[in-house]
Amino acid sequence: MSKTNLLDRRAVVASLLKDRKGMVAVGGLGASTNDMAAAGDHDRNFYLWGGMGGAVMMGLGLALAQPDVPVVVITGDGEMLMGIGSLATVGMQKPGNLSIVVLDNERYGETGGQTSHTSVAADLVGVARACGIADSRAISTMAEVEALVPKLHDLKSGPRFANVKIDGANVERILPMRDGTFIVNRIRGSLGFPPL
Amino acid sequence: MHARTDTSEQQTAAWPDEIYAVLQRYDVRQVPYVPDAGHSKLIERVLASDTMRGIPLTTEEEGVALVAGAWAGGQRCALLMQSSGVGNCINMFSLIPLFRLPFFTIVTMRGEWGEFNHWQVPMGSTTQAVFELSGIRVMRAHNAAEVREVVEAGAAQAYNACTPTAVLLSQRLIGAKVFVK
Repeated sequence: MSKTNLLDRRAVVASLLKDRKGMVAVGGLGASTNDMAAAGDHDRNFYLWGGMGGAVMMGLGLALAQPDVPVVVITGDGEMLMGIGSLATVGMQKPGNLSIVVLDNERYGETGGQTSHTSVAADLVGVARACGIADSRAISTMAEVEALVPKLHDLKSGPRFANVKIDGANVERILPMRDGTFIVNRIRGSLGFPPL
Repeated sequence: MHARTDTSEQQTAAWPDEIYAVLQRYDVRQVPYVPDAGHSKLIERVLASDTMRGIPLTTEEEGVALVAGAWAGGQRCALLMQSSGVGNCINMFSLIPLFRLPFFTIVTMRGEWGEFNHWQVPMGSTTQAVFELSGIRVMRAHNAAEVREVVEAGAAQAYNACTPTAVLLSQRLIGAKVFVK
C-alpha cells in the first residue's frame, strides 16, 4: 500500500514535538494521537480517542485561553474533513499561537484503509487558505517539516496550517493513556490550575 | 435560523442583559454561538464585551469541542444556540462526561409555541430528551421574569458543581417569528 517518497508519520511527529518547551499538542482521533504517544508522553499532550471532527476546535479553545502558549493540533485527513468548518471558525478568530498539522495519508487508516476525499478531490491547503488562514502550506519533504518547526513556537504569526503527505503504511500501534479527565486535568495542572 | 424581527419584544426586554450579567459574574471568557434571533441582543453584548470573546461557529458541535479546549486552558465557556442546533451536537456531547467539563448552554426554543414553520417542530420536540439522554441536566425559563433566576441557578450548577446544564428559553418567552400576518 505504501508509495515511495512519502514521509514517515512517526518521523514527522517526532520532529514537530522535538524541543517543544511549553507547547500543548492536541492529537486527533486515530493514528495521530498514537504518533504523539510514540514521540513520548508529555503533560501537555491532549490525546483524543473520540469526538471525531473536534480536534481543531479543542486547539482553538486552548489557544484563545492561553495566548502565550503555542498550541499545535496534529490530526489526520479524515478527522480534519469531518471538522472542516472549524477552519472557517479559526480563520475568523485568527489566534497567532495556533498551528494545525494534518497527516494526510489519503485514507481512513484505522478502519481498513478506505480512501478519503483528499485522495482524489479535496485540497485541504486550498480550503484552509480560502478560510482565511494565510500561512497554509503543502509539505512533502522532511526539510519542509524542519522549516515549519520554529514557526510553531511563534505566537504572533499564526494561525497556520500544514498538510503533510505521509506514507499510508500501518505502523506499530503505540497507545496513549485514555482517561479523558486525567488527560485534561494534567494539562490544566501544568498550566497552573489546581484541581477543583 | 430564527430570523430577528426588530419589532419583537426581545429587543426591549431586560433578560438578555441579565443573562450577560450572570455570565460575567461567573467569569465566562469564551462564548461560542450559532446565531438565533432570540439570542441576538445577548450576542451583541458579548461581542462588545472587554472580558468575553464571542466566537461564531459553523455548526454547534464545534462549540462543544471548543468548551473542552477552553477548559483545558483554564477558561469557562457558555454555548448559545437554538433548539435545532442541539441535534448537531450529539456525538460531541460525549466529551462532557469524558473530560468532566463544566458545560453550560443556553438554548432558545423553536417549534413549541405558536410556531409557523413546522420544520422546527421535530427537533424542538426532542431537545430536552436529547440533552437528558446525553447526561446534561435541563432547566427551563418559561417567562421573562424567571430568566435571571434560572440562568443564575444553572450557571452555579454547571460551573461550581461541575454538573453539565442546559437552560432552555421557552419560545413563549422569545416570541414566535412572524412569517405571515
